[in-house]
Amino acid sequence: MYGQGIAKGLWVTLSHFIATFTDDIRYAGRKYMRQDNFQVRQGLRSQGAFTVQYPDEKLAVPERFRFVPFLVTEDQDPARVGEDWCTSCGICAKVCPPQCIWIVRGSDPNTGRPVPEPTAFFIDIDICMNCGFCAEFCPFDAIKMDHDYELASYDRTSHHIHDKQKLSKPQSYWRAIAPTTALEEAKDRGGWEHTDIIKAMKKAGKTAEAPTADNGKPVAPTAAASAPTTSAAPAAAVAEKPASPAPAAPTVKADAAPAGGAGGKVKFDKQAMLAKIREKKAQKNQ
Amino acid sequence: MTDFPIVETTNVQNTIASLKEKFPDAVKDDGRQGYSGIVVDKNKLVEVAIAIRDELGYDYLSSATAVDYLGIADEMEMVYHAYRTSGGPALVFKAQTPRDKPEIPSLVEVWPGADFQEREAYDLYGIQFPGHPNLKRILLWDGFDGHPMRKDWHEAYYEEDQKPFESRWPDGWVRRAEELNVYGKNVHYPADLDLATLTDTSEETLYNDLGLGVSVQQLDGDDSLKTDRLVVNMGPHHPSTHGVFRMILTLDGETIESLEPVMGYLHRNHEKIGERNSWNMNMPFTDRLDYISSMSNNHGYALAVEHLMSLGAKYLAPTYRAECIRVLMVELTRIVNHYWAIGFLLNDLGAFFTPALYAIAEREKILDFFEATAGSRMMCNFMRFGGVYKDIPERIRGVANLVNDMVRDFNTMDYLTELINERIPRSIDELDNFLTESEILKTRTIGVGYLPPETAIAYSAAGPLLRASGVPYDVRRAEPYSIYPELDFDVAVRYNGDIYDRYLIRLDEMRESVRILKQILPRLERTKGEGVFGDKKYMPRIPVGESYGRVENPKGELGYYVVSAGDEKGPQNPWRYHVRAPSFINLTPLGAMCVGHKVADIVAILGSIDIVLGETDR
Repeated sequence: MYGQGIAKGLWVTLSHFIATFTDDIRYAGRKYMRQDNFQVRQGLRSQGAFTVQYPDEKLAVPERFRFVPFLVTEDQDPARVGEDWCTSCGICAKVCPPQCIWIVRGSDPNTGRPVPEPTAFFIDIDICMNCGFCAEFCPFDAIKMDHDYELASYDRTSHHIHDKQKLSKPQSYWRAIAPTTALEEAKDRGGWEHTDIIKAMKKAGKTAEAPTADNGKPVAPTAAASAPTTSAAPAAAVAEKPASPAPAAPTVKADAAPAGGAGGKVKFDKQAMLAKIREKKAQKNQ
Repeated sequence: MTDFPIVETTNVQNTIASLKEKFPDAVKDDGRQGYSGIVVDKNKLVEVAIAIRDELGYDYLSSATAVDYLGIADEMEMVYHAYRTSGGPALVFKAQTPRDKPEIPSLVEVWPGADFQEREAYDLYGIQFPGHPNLKRILLWDGFDGHPMRKDWHEAYYEEDQKPFESRWPDGWVRRAEELNVYGKNVHYPADLDLATLTDTSEETLYNDLGLGVSVQQLDGDDSLKTDRLVVNMGPHHPSTHGVFRMILTLDGETIESLEPVMGYLHRNHEKIGERNSWNMNMPFTDRLDYISSMSNNHGYALAVEHLMSLGAKYLAPTYRAECIRVLMVELTRIVNHYWAIGFLLNDLGAFFTPALYAIAEREKILDFFEATAGSRMMCNFMRFGGVYKDIPERIRGVANLVNDMVRDFNTMDYLTELINERIPRSIDELDNFLTESEILKTRTIGVGYLPPETAIAYSAAGPLLRASGVPYDVRRAEPYSIYPELDFDVAVRYNGDIYDRYLIRLDEMRESVRILKQILPRLERTKGEGVFGDKKYMPRIPVGESYGRVENPKGELGYYVVSAGDEKGPQNPWRYHVRAPSFINLTPLGAMCVGHKVADIVAILGSIDIVLGETDR
């Protein structure tokens, strides 16, 4: 019968339409409130439309997700807190396909010989293509791909060249956003510490503590990190995330001018900020 | 017939020997280190090409491209890769011409599929092709100064011939290229160009009469219906062109008399960038060609370079697990691409976004897996020379990082198993139910845009376009690579050569891909724990030679022609990096398919070819 095919097609459309709302009935209005419902809604058994209400909801990105890179700084060794892991070997700058990484190698002011730390480090995020080669080929695990994709700004000329201050984040941040990858890398290095430190320890006859998910925590954990939490596992992972190594210092607005001074102590306050926002939200909900 | 005819896939050496016998003066071996094939005297090129096509049966010209050997041999070279549609390796033949007056006879008469490729060589290298019916620029505009792929041509923000640039390290004080070279002052025009009088002759009829973009001419027919001849400019900003693509149509009333595609609006000279890049750096750039199917773009490039690496002393071939993961990714990509193609074909037919969104929603589930494995949904950058970036992760799981993050957590193998065994087959059946029987779809597509098999082969059409015309040519079977020989699947083929068959063949191919994926799952379980990437070098040196790596991309045959030359130790940058883009070459028969149909059908015919402008324009 002519028209049968169209009727068949319309039936598919109708079933899609209905399927979109069956979840609402099944969860009786709790669809958007509980984490575990979200899991089902976004999994392979989801039916109908499974849109995410951005920015009220966001999908947590997987560990390997790569966005504009950041530089890892030390936060375990109390004597070296804030120091760069980067040795300014330049491999990331050499392997970068669009050549968006600019590094000024540090040098000894007296002898003029190169020292293994960057004086300045820039990434032009307009040019960065998020390929992840810098992180992949860095022999010191000193540059990693970030998960923070909300980088839009109103002025590209003043905001889109990230300098060392803006790029630096503590190692515990990397462990928080990519726990299994970070652990794998630490196992390859032989400890949670920087490769050079592990080497030095070996020379001195000591061995680094074998890395597990629990050891190698940063020094001076803040109150927010140890606060008990009753929420579901993923939320707990966030709360347990080690916060910044020291009380958050006001971040200086980054500009394109070269950041002077080697190994400047950079304070990362993002976790504190997130904790604050979550607290506010929690209060609001009560 | 019980016995299959045994296709004589004689080795290429015999073929070359017989050619040399026939043309003792014109044909000689290409004796350079790492090169293969023959060099043909350019004065006898057409004759030899006809013999190659008619007597030796190499009926399919896959790729025709130019190389500039400035500083090595001071000549330019056209490189042709011809294949038999019955399968087997390529016959590579080349023709050389001096750099100062490059001229090579056109092969359009022999293989019409050389049309766009020769125009591209003319555009980018300035090689003249006497005998070409329509030799003009194809990717660049007419006021462009010079031929950019020549080795002595420098771009506006030129810094150095090869990356990495000296300015980045160890004294890398940042600056923006546009600060040194202000926009507007970085453009050169040819010395003899008068911008005020620059007109595109193809547009003359367009703008002459009314200034409305339409020129009208009354046609005196004997029919009772009086029609006008119209020239209509469709695109580049037309929603049905899938990007910025333009077609100049000459219409008789509503019937198409001729169609000329105009492209290059998204041209960024991918190949020049590729030659500045080091070998590794090109991998993420290949993602940006056909951005719907970046995984298989990676695969082709990896194969091409791996072939070169295998010529050298030290080379670690990909492990079995790495090959399995590659095939897994590539076949998932094929499904992703065909969801997209079918969805947007229906869009073009007027079923506005309902089928497209159903298809895109299913695609999303696969992209979730890509994101967890490769780190990105579309720009995967996943394959490496000798393996893949990383093994499949244990779990597909995010970590809450931003405010309002919602976390999902799945075991990857369980996810894949359910995806491949249930979700994808179900959704393919659903698409089938939804669309295949629809009378509207059938009326619009059956018998429209017919492409006969001989024409399809002659025009070097590839992929679903070729196979829907009844030519069962699939690189995975014709010249197998990776682990395809041990996998059980059929080459999907349909025989009517119209839009409807091109739609059906995509469903068939998705089902075949599911069949392959089902065989991959146990292999993944079996090889658990095997390494996936052995030789990790940030700046690999590739042995001298040439290589053509091709894969069956969802849109057709994707080939990479790479040349490693210059440095004795093995250069760290490719000398030549050419992409044989299926979306580009599949447009060659577009005009032939459209003539005689109505304007509204063009949109559907173009949609059925399934082009991506990132790849067409490169």
